[in-house]
Amino acid sequence: MEREPEISIRIFSDPHLLATVRGAIEGLAKCVGFQDKSRAMLTLAIDEALTNVIRHGYGEQAHGMIWVHMWRSAHPRGLRIIIEDLGKATDPSKIRGRELNDVRPGGLGVHIIKETMDEAAWEPRPSGGMRLTLAKWLNAEEVAASYPAPPNPEQTNS
Amino acid sequence: MNSPLIIKITTVNGSTVVAPQSYIDMSRAPTMRDAIKSALAAKPSKLVIDLSVVNYVDSSGIATLVEALKWTREANVGLTLAGLSPRVKTLMDITKLSAMFTTRATVEEACKA
Repeated sequence: MEREPEISIRIFSDPHLLATVRGAIEGLAKCVGFQDKSRAMLTLAIDEALTNVIRHGYGEQAHGMIWVHMWRSAHPRGLRIIIEDLGKATDPSKIRGRELNDVRPGGLGVHIIKETMDEAAWEPRPSGGMRLTLAKWLNAEEVAASYPAPPNPEQTNS
Repeated sequence: MNSPLIIKITTVNGSTVVAPQSYIDMSRAPTMRDAIKSALAAKPSKLVIDLSVVNYVDSSGIATLVEALKWTREANVGLTLAGLSPRVKTLMDITKLSAMFTTRATVEEACKA
């Protein structure tokens, strides 16, 4: 991702800060053109991703660093998000939600992320921690209802 | 920093009603869990969780509801969820948990059921 993100947030791995991040995501998602239901699901997915970092990456210690970068995408219309941390790295092949017919608390976050987002990919960062790349695109109704797409910055700059 | 979760616990027609007054996420799920445990300690015949003013629940909140289901089954206490918002209903649907819970539109209906 070459150009600067529209929004970058750095937070400590403190669950009490999640509501603040949700507010920022909701705001940008509305600006991009996501309607109520998909905006709610997008916000939930990012919240789940951050919760997983706090719980599994930092073992619920509140002093770890988490970075959230968000880009508007013009083609296709939507949002790209990268979440990075310096916590415990995990083999991406082992990141999966639990079977949903196994009714018990926990293990739902990854399922929600995969169900909600159009793209979700975890990878270890070369310098430590994990990187999660997410994307969600406007559906046809949202594209029709929103303002014309902004110019593609990559094309404008070339 | 956000404010703590306020939870009202009342008795309506013999049912104990646990009513969180705001969102339930990772930071607030432990408070909700404690409130449910506390309500069950009084051995009610029925427990109603009133979610009518809860505008946001994440998987931590859902996990707490699943725990409540487990505890009430073990204690042979009926559990009903009341007043689910469309957002919470959607989350229950995508986690395939809707069928596990008895739900009613209002607390009054839940206490009668």
